Amino acid sequence: MTTLPQHLLSAADLSRDAALLVLDTAEELARVADRPIKKLPTLRGRTVVNLFFEDSTRTRTSFEVAAKRLSADVINFSAKGSSVSKGESLKDTALTLEAMGADAVVCRHGASGAPHRLAHWIRGSVVNAGDGTHEHPTQALLDAFTMRSRLGRIEGLRVAIVGDVLHSRVARSNVLLLSTLGAEVTVIAPPTLLPVGVEHWPCAVSYDLDGVLPKSDVVMMLRVQRERMYGGFFPTTREYSRRYGLDARRMATLPDDAIVMHPGPMNRGVEIAAEVADSVRSTIVEQVANGVSVRMAVLYLLLGGGLVDASEAAA
Amino acid sequence: MSSSWIIRGARPLGGKPTDLYVDNGALVDDPPVGAQELDADGLVALPGLVDLHTHLREPGREDAETVESGTLAAALGGFTAVHAMANTEPVADVAGVVEQVWRLGIEAGHCDVHPVGAVTVGLRGEQLAELGAMADSAARVRVFSDDGHCVHDPLLMRRALEYVKAFDGVVAQHAQDPRLTEGAQMNEGAQSARLGLAGWPAVAEEAVIARDCLLAAHVGSRVHFCHVSTAGSVEIVRWAKRKGWNVTAEVTPHHLLLTDDLVSSYDPVFKVNPPLRSNEDVEALRDALADGTIDAVATDHAPHALEDKETEWAAAAFGMTGLETALSVVAAAMIETGRLDWSGVADRMSVRPARIGRLTAQGQPLLAGAPANLVLVDPAARVVVDPSTSASRSRNNPYAGRELPARVVATFLRGRATVLDGKPA
Repeated sequence: MTTLPQHLLSAADLSRDAALLVLDTAEELARVADRPIKKLPTLRGRTVVNLFFEDSTRTRTSFEVAAKRLSADVINFSAKGSSVSKGESLKDTALTLEAMGADAVVCRHGASGAPHRLAHWIRGSVVNAGDGTHEHPTQALLDAFTMRSRLGRIEGLRVAIVGDVLHSRVARSNVLLLSTLGAEVTVIAPPTLLPVGVEHWPCAVSYDLDGVLPKSDVVMMLRVQRERMYGGFFPTTREYSRRYGLDARRMATLPDDAIVMHPGPMNRGVEIAAEVADSVRSTIVEQVANGVSVRMAVLYLLLGGGLVDASEAAA
Repeated sequence: MSSSWIIRGARPLGGKPTDLYVDNGALVDDPPVGAQELDADGLVALPGLVDLHTHLREPGREDAETVESGTLAAALGGFTAVHAMANTEPVADVAGVVEQVWRLGIEAGHCDVHPVGAVTVGLRGEQLAELGAMADSAARVRVFSDDGHCVHDPLLMRRALEYVKAFDGVVAQHAQDPRLTEGAQMNEGAQSARLGLAGWPAVAEEAVIARDCLLAAHVGSRVHFCHVSTAGSVEIVRWAKRKGWNVTAEVTPHHLLLTDDLVSSYDPVFKVNPPLRSNEDVEALRDALADGTIDAVATDHAPHALEDKETEWAAAAFGMTGLETALSVVAAAMIETGRLDWSGVADRMSVRPARIGRLTAQGQPLLAGAPANLVLVDPAARVVVDPSTSASRSRNNPYAGRELPARVVATFLRGRATVLDGKPA
């Protein structure tokens, strides 16, 4: 039987079968969201800690809703205003959570690899909810889930990931997961925002957005962080927007069924024009909803077991 | 303080077994009367090792290392002299601090301690420190370095290179362009792209080395490069030497053995400055040490307190310990691969570093009349590295659990045993 590893630290931790198990489980669990009573008893008595060293209301809330729908006890451990901001080490925080009996720790941290270190110090499962410029595996899972529900498949899809690939944990996780699932991924960015070594990734690389769009089934626009705008990675925000932003003119060059994705939060008018974000091609709101289902599936599989039956919800 | 020894059957530089006689701090022709005997059957005798690059952390970070603990670790590693880097608290940028470190070395008595003087005040790269005062002090400083920081201002570097000529000093440059390495965490390449850690490009080292070779040639000075870590650096140093310029370079044991693949664990024990590089770099460094392009092995022994390493990668301190494992790592990287014999190891770990540091009593041939600074090595031994048994106060040892060849059996400092049977004497 396919199972998940103890921790979800990288999208590379997931085999094709494990990734499909998460997506199939999420599909079952998504049905729960359509019911008047959205709660399953599955993780009753289990404790999930949201350990967020960076502010991220969206991701934290998504995990919180997911855990609560599975009836887990949820503790939000925010670094802001806690002992962490007073200089407590990651290790001491981990030992504290361990002492509290956390079954799963969902960790968001500004330093790449922090969840890997955390996994050394606690017995429960660690879920990487975004670490520095490394990975964000549940974002990739929800993106894959969204593609599959909109387009019916992932295998063979041509996916363009556009923007600040260098600093993007979303891009890293998506490239790994989508290639595992058989999609053909191209990353598109100005050369300053591609990492040295990107040629070793399981994807194609392009500097030319206009050349790639007509051959794309999915376009995923990455957020341009404010500090990059002033970091000399490109001359001006306007030039970035002209060369790598997705506006209505560019969107019109996409194949008919192609979808537009964005992990949020968006900079409207920078990497994505408002009319694109609000168009029928856009999956941005669905992505948020799917995030809850996918995170339910991840927590369920890490803490529980195999395929879930949504009829349990009737209980 | 010295005693007399008859060392039976040792193989000097790995050659034919012979008896070595030690009396009154020096090697002598005839067996001294009443000497202690030491059976050295099968052991290789080398001149005592000389480290150009050690962080002893005292004064300031005695929780991580002291002159006492660091020099004991050095003796256990076969060293009879170490150069103590200047990045202490306070910085060794005045005669008072270098004399303090020098005196602590004498008091500890495990090996000679030669303090390195800072090139600039406070290592800030703005104004030359009183290099002459440090040279004239009791510590007789000859090696100057802002190690940990690059002397990046080209004019300041030119002045430093020129100024130390007056007392036959040398500037040991930590080659790292600060702008190209802002926030850098690991070697820039396939691994950094995958791990999402900010890249530390080879060019940040190579550009400074190229510039300083040209500067040294222009002003007719000698220059030494700390911890060269890339294939490109090797090419530049090779080119400068071919030109006949007075350029020397060192490589660390860890850059001869470890690669950036190890960073995959995000274990900060592998976080070091300059960073671990690729396998191609390791191969180029080994070849360069073998052909003499790189003159010396220097440990860059950098002890750190546990809490400075038991963190997430980005928050951790740079550096790894190295004194006790240096000879074994060099044996693994150079002898086991057929690139150097024991004579070559003696040249790169004793003779040449002593010459660069202008240490006349170290790195001498094992002949009568020479100071009895020597180390006996069991070349057939294999040791599994266990950091918990280290004499160092710190445990940031990247070789934990690794089996390495060769073991230091005994070390003699001017005829006095500092290490016997692999333990402090």
